[in-house]
Amino acid sequence: MEWTTLLDIALGAILINNFILAQFLGICPFMGVSRKMDTSVGMGLAVIFVMGLASALCYPVNLLLESLELGYMQTVAFILVIAALVQLVEMFLKKAVPTLYQALGVYLPLITTNCAVLGVVLLNVQNSYNFIESVVYGITGGAGFLLAIVLFSSIRERLEFSDPPRAFQGFPIALITAGLMALCFMGFSGLQIPW
Amino acid sequence: MNAGKQLKDGLLTQNPVLVQLLGMCSTLAITTTIANGIGMGLSVTVILTLSNIFISLLRKIIPEQVRIACYIVVIAGFVTMVDLLLQAFFPDIAESLGVFIPLIVVNCIILARAESFASRNHPVAAAVDGICQGLGYTLVLLAMSAIRELLGSGALAGNRIFPAEYSASLIAQPAGGFLTLGCLIALMQWAQRKVKGGK
Repeated sequence: MEWTTLLDIALGAILINNFILAQFLGICPFMGVSRKMDTSVGMGLAVIFVMGLASALCYPVNLLLESLELGYMQTVAFILVIAALVQLVEMFLKKAVPTLYQALGVYLPLITTNCAVLGVVLLNVQNSYNFIESVVYGITGGAGFLLAIVLFSSIRERLEFSDPPRAFQGFPIALITAGLMALCFMGFSGLQIPW
Repeated sequence: MNAGKQLKDGLLTQNPVLVQLLGMCSTLAITTTIANGIGMGLSVTVILTLSNIFISLLRKIIPEQVRIACYIVVIAGFVTMVDLLLQAFFPDIAESLGVFIPLIVVNCIILARAESFASRNHPVAAAVDGICQGLGYTLVLLAMSAIRELLGSGALAGNRIFPAEYSASLIAQPAGGFLTLGCLIALMQWAQRKVKGGK
């Protein structure tokens, strides 16, 4: 039972309720960092890492807040945890993996304001997931982000050579493309695991 | 400070969503009905104005290195207040906006205005800027939600315009959000070029 629940959460986060294309969380980096394939892969991996860690860290924080009856401080506490976490990851990468650090560049601090990260933490609380479920949801949510941004960036690289009407050049045609991708992902909504 | 110019900037020439391309997530996610659009737009306007005033007052105290963290704490404080107020007085709207109310914390519009405007100007100008940018955001939400509610469910603010079976429910789905916003931004780019060309 345990495994099927986890599988269900994972499948939901990656395909059925994809964070970007169905829940609209994390649109800013999705649009901003998807011009090139390799930066989007780096961004996706960083987001998986931060979302997984944030889910793991915010679970005890939430328990603490609830035991102190400070539930209304959730938003403030979570965003501080995420900001501190991103800062730590940044310092760690700078020391340990400088090449990855340079590749991510300015996008790393921007993960703090990625609504997918705060979103996944809030959704964990809302769905009252336990610790393992939260972490699985965080990591697979990030994987869904990676999938969507890599697909999108590879379409966008080709879009550079296309010739849309002048008013649609740049951002609008990218949004329309994302809309068509969302349409494709709607096809997954009927997906169900038979137990 | 020129309040008239700020208003024009916020509503049209520097519209936060259509021109600066900020705050996409909430714009796409909650614009399924007009009530949601107005609720979200006004909440953001209130939070943006308050946080702009507050950050502008503190602009000489906040140290440069930790300013982003300070801004986020200020914004998160105001978001929590608005969240609790909405839950108390407008439970229906709070219910349908759901997780997107706490997510106003990471709405890029608010952080961007704090960084680029409020931290460099005096409180009155910052307040005017907050109101103008907030209204610009609300205007876009209103347009988006009117289009999506009308085409997606055949109603406008809950009043039926044409029978639901003739509506294109796709427009109310996530995919429709992307398509509608893409067309609106294209319209904006077209209009901007027309205005520039006319001069």
